[in-house]
Amino acid sequence: MSDIVQESFVSNIKPAFQRVFSGGPIYLSFVALLSILLLVGIGSGIHALFIAGSRHAYATSREVPVAILISTYIFFVVASTGLCLVSSLGHVFGVKDFMPLAKRCVYLSIITILSGFLVIGLEIENPFRMALYNVISPNFSSNIWWMGTLYGFAVVFLTIEFIFLFNEAHHHKAVIAGFLGVITEVAANSNLGGVFAMMNGRPFWYGPYFPVYFILSALITGCAFIMFFFCLSHKAVNKKVFDDSTANALQSVSKLTLLLLAIMMIFTIWKFLTTSVGSPGAVSALNVLTDGPYSFNFWTIEILVGMVIPFVLILASRGKNLTVMFIAAALMILSLFFTRMDMVVVGQLVPQYFELGVVEYSKLNTYSPSVHEILVVLGGISFCVLAFLLGEKVFSGFEDSPHTEIMKEKITEVAEAEELT
Amino acid sequence: MDNTKHKNFPDHPLDSERREFLKIGLKITGVLAGGSVLSLISNIDQAYSLDIFRDKYPYKPHYAMVLRQDRCIDCEKCMKACVSTNKVPDYGWRTKILKRELLAALDQKWEFIPILCNQCNNPPCVRTCPTTATYKDKTNGIVQMNNKKCIGCKSCIMACPYDARYYNEEKGAIDKCDFCFDARLSKGITTPACVEACPSDVRIFGDLSDPASRVFQLVHQLQKPVWVLREQVGAKPNIFYMKG
Repeated sequence: MSDIVQESFVSNIKPAFQRVFSGGPIYLSFVALLSILLLVGIGSGIHALFIAGSRHAYATSREVPVAILISTYIFFVVASTGLCLVSSLGHVFGVKDFMPLAKRCVYLSIITILSGFLVIGLEIENPFRMALYNVISPNFSSNIWWMGTLYGFAVVFLTIEFIFLFNEAHHHKAVIAGFLGVITEVAANSNLGGVFAMMNGRPFWYGPYFPVYFILSALITGCAFIMFFFCLSHKAVNKKVFDDSTANALQSVSKLTLLLLAIMMIFTIWKFLTTSVGSPGAVSALNVLTDGPYSFNFWTIEILVGMVIPFVLILASRGKNLTVMFIAAALMILSLFFTRMDMVVVGQLVPQYFELGVVEYSKLNTYSPSVHEILVVLGGISFCVLAFLLGEKVFSGFEDSPHTEIMKEKITEVAEAEELT
Repeated sequence: MDNTKHKNFPDHPLDSERREFLKIGLKITGVLAGGSVLSLISNIDQAYSLDIFRDKYPYKPHYAMVLRQDRCIDCEKCMKACVSTNKVPDYGWRTKILKRELLAALDQKWEFIPILCNQCNNPPCVRTCPTTATYKDKTNGIVQMNNKKCIGCKSCIMACPYDARYYNEEKGAIDKCDFCFDARLSKGITTPACVEACPSDVRIFGDLSDPASRVFQLVHQLQKPVWVLREQVGAKPNIFYMKG
């Protein structure tokens, strides 16, 4: 293992740096800007937690204890699960159309999960205690414990997989690590849904919907990230024309996205129909989304920008027009960011004693993010995009590796076998 | 053959039948009394639906509190006693008094409802805590905090159906009502500060497993309805409400 690391990374550090610095003025300007935003975000989080106090710096409260920072964490880790799942279709489970996606997807999966960890690390009040007591005092009935632990393992498996992907001799080990990565990612993702689904005091969240929804939503997020970052790499960073197999893979991803968006629309319709005849607390939360302060977020950003317009655009692109696919993916990613925030915040806006009819709990809770929170979110996003930009140069656009060659050979073999039959 | 003369069919109804008849009557009374008000029998059925909870309580002492809410005059002495006893900061609270306007009432237009941690038998906060920083005391059933393990994820605040928790920045941990266990009960004082401070005897505190205690007698009396808040959540709270 250490040999591979040495061979793949350490000996290539100098040329990797050279590729980064030869990226051109626009590329380097973005790297510099994102680095500054990342540092500002980290500084903002440290200031909020350890100097000003989160009660003063963050807009969360007793009534809405978690908000945009947790929803941003969810946005990133769900994206990680989606990237891991979609890429594993080819790399681990042998669906030939998806095989060329492996390396960039695994890399994106790692950096999105790390972006999530960065944001939640600046949200949790006592991150150092978390590192200790998650290990020595675990609560096995806690979905949060399982979610955090499994995502931790997922990073390890994905990193091992990524390293092995660079070496032809370790192809099978990469597949095993990839398989373990998928298992832990999906389990972690579903437990993340379980965190909300098991809250029997919060009628909008409670029930079996969210653990299933999160897996579906992860797949959609994964597809959107793949289309977005592959097109970005192609159009702006590396400016290389995709080979046929990658172009075919993107076309397959676009078809999968259409299917998943259709399923998500059905999911959403039934979630809202069932909730509309639920308990008064659940109905009140639903009204917040459909006819209240979050109705613009819901109808315009979640439904129109996140589902309807991307569906039409991807259908029109036929999986070939990369510019249209890029726009559709960008809209989906924007929408998904707000979808996560709506889900987290709206579930807490109906006060706990709302149905008791008392003065103190008669009005909906409110939340709007503070400057500190926005800066931390921007820091997390900056880390993700910065890591992508650096990764594109350091790993030479994730192309022409021995593993890619094996994948291509496999695709050829499968195609030949199909022709023979 | 006259079956009613059989030893299993005595001339007079069995005690159990009489109790069932009374249960029906009390249930109807409870429902008619309005909204979520439950009769004593239905309350015990709902709050402790398992036999293990109906016949015996799982902790010894099984600390519980009965709040006779119509006696509350909103003097807030309980809140002040709680703040001074437990060093509660101005941005937090462990107990408070809610106000409900009774528009249709002929006489009293407002009623006051004290709230605090319900020390649930099935506490959602304990289940969700990743590091067991909050736990159900195995002896007395009080939901307690181990501050040094609290990572401040605030998931317990989200999970609590009774809004009983807040993040205390001085402690660097979540803070909540512990029936004054740290400040009083563990030092041999038999009541929480709020109970002692209340001038109108709203708050009755004691061991629900002890038939001689007032809480046992109030929860098990048949004349007046007893209910719990947000019973449908299923957390099996140990804070009971009644009037009179």
